[in-house]
Amino acid sequence: MRGNPLGRIAFYALLAVLFVYTVFPFYWAINTSLMSGTELFEPRPFPPDPAWGNYVAIFREQPFGRQILNSVFVAVAVVLLALALAVLAAYALGRVSFRGRRLLLFTVLGVSMFPQIAVLSGMFELIRALGLYNNLLSLVLSYMIFTVPFTVWVLTTFVRELPKELEEAAIVDGATPFVVVTRVFLPLMGPALVTTGLLAFIAAWNEFLFALTFTLSSEQRTVPVAIGLISGASAYELPWANIMAASVVVTVPLIVLVLIFQRRIVSGLTAGAVKG
Amino acid sequence: MAEAHQSELTRQRVRNAWLFLAPMIVVLVAVAGWPLARTIVLSFTDANLAQLGQQSFVGPLNYAFLLTDPDWWRSVWNTVFFTVVSVSLETILGLLIALALNAHFRGRGWLRAAILIPWAIPTVVSAQMWRWMFNDVYGVVNEVMLAVGLAAEPWAWLADPQLSMAAVIAVDVWKTTPFMALLILAGLQMLPQDCYENAKIDGVHPVTVFFRVTLPLLKPALLVAIIFRTLDALRIFDLIYVMQGNKLDTMTMSIYARQHLVDFQDVGYGSAAATLVFMIIAVFTVVYLYLGGFAREERA
Repeated sequence: MRGNPLGRIAFYALLAVLFVYTVFPFYWAINTSLMSGTELFEPRPFPPDPAWGNYVAIFREQPFGRQILNSVFVAVAVVLLALALAVLAAYALGRVSFRGRRLLLFTVLGVSMFPQIAVLSGMFELIRALGLYNNLLSLVLSYMIFTVPFTVWVLTTFVRELPKELEEAAIVDGATPFVVVTRVFLPLMGPALVTTGLLAFIAAWNEFLFALTFTLSSEQRTVPVAIGLISGASAYELPWANIMAASVVVTVPLIVLVLIFQRRIVSGLTAGAVKG
Repeated sequence: MAEAHQSELTRQRVRNAWLFLAPMIVVLVAVAGWPLARTIVLSFTDANLAQLGQQSFVGPLNYAFLLTDPDWWRSVWNTVFFTVVSVSLETILGLLIALALNAHFRGRGWLRAAILIPWAIPTVVSAQMWRWMFNDVYGVVNEVMLAVGLAAEPWAWLADPQLSMAAVIAVDVWKTTPFMALLILAGLQMLPQDCYENAKIDGVHPVTVFFRVTLPLLKPALLVAIIFRTLDALRIFDLIYVMQGNKLDTMTMSIYARQHLVDFQDVGYGSAAATLVFMIIAVFTVVYLYLGGFAREERA
């Protein structure tokens, strides 16, 4: 920054405010999660006597470990399935010109805008009919609605940019389309797969409405529902320290992932300009 | 001869393309098309969650009830109010943050990483974090306001009808402004630099440069970001549901529909509400595709 020193100080002050604004709430969650008993009721910038008790409690008092595994299972399955479908579709949509391609692309984009509530009763009926109610597979199935359109859209834009000569050489050599996709395109799509896979993972990890509706027992719940529904002896005494401990546990891995892949995430978000 | 061969190759290519698209199409029909169609059908029935499958056709009765229910209109108004205020704030703040991040200064990488944190935190978690911070007795927000002298007594952030809407908007702004800022920043970094060099040589004031050069050039990127955020805000459920439950003061269209569907087990009526939510968002989506399609055409 150039300009007068006063302006510079103001600019840096603004940046400092911005930094505190974005980071403070999570800091406060960590701070709260390390307090015990009545320390909670006197807000202090540091835990006076940091204790891990709340972290132990969440794993002991409810099947939180199981719920984390549920979330991991659902998110990983959703990412793998969505990427497999999207790689094939992206090749067709990005490299082959056929009638109806534009319409199909826009339909896919349109589906990504679907309000989840609009399919809730139809989806519930379907899941009941398939016998998947209160089963994690119901979530794997229903999460396709927001992960598939997004991954298809982003991978299509990526595949379209790749040079034409690549597949021409392979086709001349007599490779089948499936071989072209798996041997020529897939290796080049590595970075794009990591980005879209990560964004799809985050979306599946955070989903709340379907998980709230399609699962019932606490053994089948995913982490967002578990945290959203933690309740105390009465509505007036929520176990805040426990809630914050659980929140920190499920958020730290995400923050680490996002910070490691931050450049890719930003480019993935802007490539698709699809919701994050 | 060569041409016939060429077109046979092309035809085969197109056939293969449809083969590759088939799994995706099947899945999208199964998880989006079919459930949506069923929701619309159910909205004309008296379906009940406990006896799903034994419903009978009731015509547009559910819609008639819906359109005369003041609670529905309250939740429509809440959703629109929430959307307009939060998206406006997010756009302005996002633009400011993007401009700041576009400047060169020490620690820029740190700040960019920091603003990703709210985005990375699951919505349910941020709802709980802020619910605790907004707690009327033990919350840090009231504590700070009392200490600084902004408030004479603690505010009931989550109980007071007006304040609770302000509180959920504040949390949404905190959570999604980073996304907005990053989209706008990407737009800023793609702007042609020569306009700025010329303006600099001519000695034009930076504020004038912003309104005359930056903003018009940024308009397409800004528009896309605003439309995405608007569509997202119109269907909001989780943040408000976790912070406020089914309270009427902050009830949105999605919360209203879910309450009738699940809590009251009235699948027919809830489906009617869900269908209306879909219609409202579909209109916006069509507008978006129309605008987006044109923008892409121009670039090509």
